[in-house]
Amino acid sequence: MAGLTIDLNLYADEATLIDALLAGDKHACACMVRQHGGQMYAVALRIMGDPDEAEDVVQDAFISACGKVASFEGRSKLSTWLYRITTNAALMRLRKRRDDTVSLDEPQVGDDGDLLPRQLGDWEIDPGRQALSSELRQEMEAAVESLPPSLRAAFVLRDIQGLSTQEAAEALEISETALKVRLHRARLALRERLAGYLAGQPQEMAP
Amino acid sequence: MNDHDHDHGECRQLLKDLSDYIDGDLDETLCVEIERHMNDCDNCRVVVDTLRKTVLLYHDLPAEPMPVEVEARLLKCLDLEAFVGAN
Ligand SMILES: [Zn+2]
Repeated sequence: MAGLTIDLNLYADEATLIDALLAGDKHACACMVRQHGGQMYAVALRIMGDPDEAEDVVQDAFISACGKVASFEGRSKLSTWLYRITTNAALMRLRKRRDDTVSLDEPQVGDDGDLLPRQLGDWEIDPGRQALSSELRQEMEAAVESLPPSLRAAFVLRDIQGLSTQEAAEALEISETALKVRLHRARLALRERLAGYLAGQPQEMAP
Repeated sequence: MNDHDHDHGECRQLLKDLSDYIDGDLDETLCVEIERHMNDCDNCRVVVDTLRKTVLLYHDLPAEPMPVEVEARLLKCLDLEAFVGAN
């Protein structure tokens, strides 16, 4: 197999890497791709829900990132800047897609009345104690895909990728308060949807 | 329990703070208020518990790694293949 043998330790720290990027060093660009490509792909895949489209998004994002390194102001982490570019690329593609096929079954989140919990049964599942079954994983993925894009992006960055509230807000270019509102709506919608699957259903313990 | 029972003022009012509550981002006074309410309200206790479980479940969702060939195509489209020493 062709080895990808770039030395990731070529740049002592992020500041050194950024200096090299700003100087137009192509090694630095390759290093950035190798260091951050995986995380950006993961986000793109969760937002797009499709591997081919995720690949397109990551290509869009890194073409854009490599082309405008000079616009990176160094106030945020390199990863946060890349998350912003990747999320934008993904949302742009989703917008295009929605022009073709307007989804009518997308949950509409309007006033707070929509957020009122309807499913009030207990869940037997004990997260962390048991492995996720592939069926549950599919339910969870489908639930994320059913979220409106702006809520989905907030949830993916904060709760799946594990960015801090501040980083996720920066990546989406919204206030932390707005991020928290979107995140909360996303979580409530996901809870509601997963309840249809998990409420009152004893979960088999993974062996 | 049913929707109607749940649809009362205090539940509604506390609902917007539940994510901050489970994230530990809520100030002490409101936490106490939510905990006191949950003692009397099964519905909100379940909502908090299942909301927390929702978040925890997604923390456990494994990330799909970027396939090697996808990374190779990415480097190629950026004209960076030469810089990673492939072959
Ligand atoms: Zn209540």
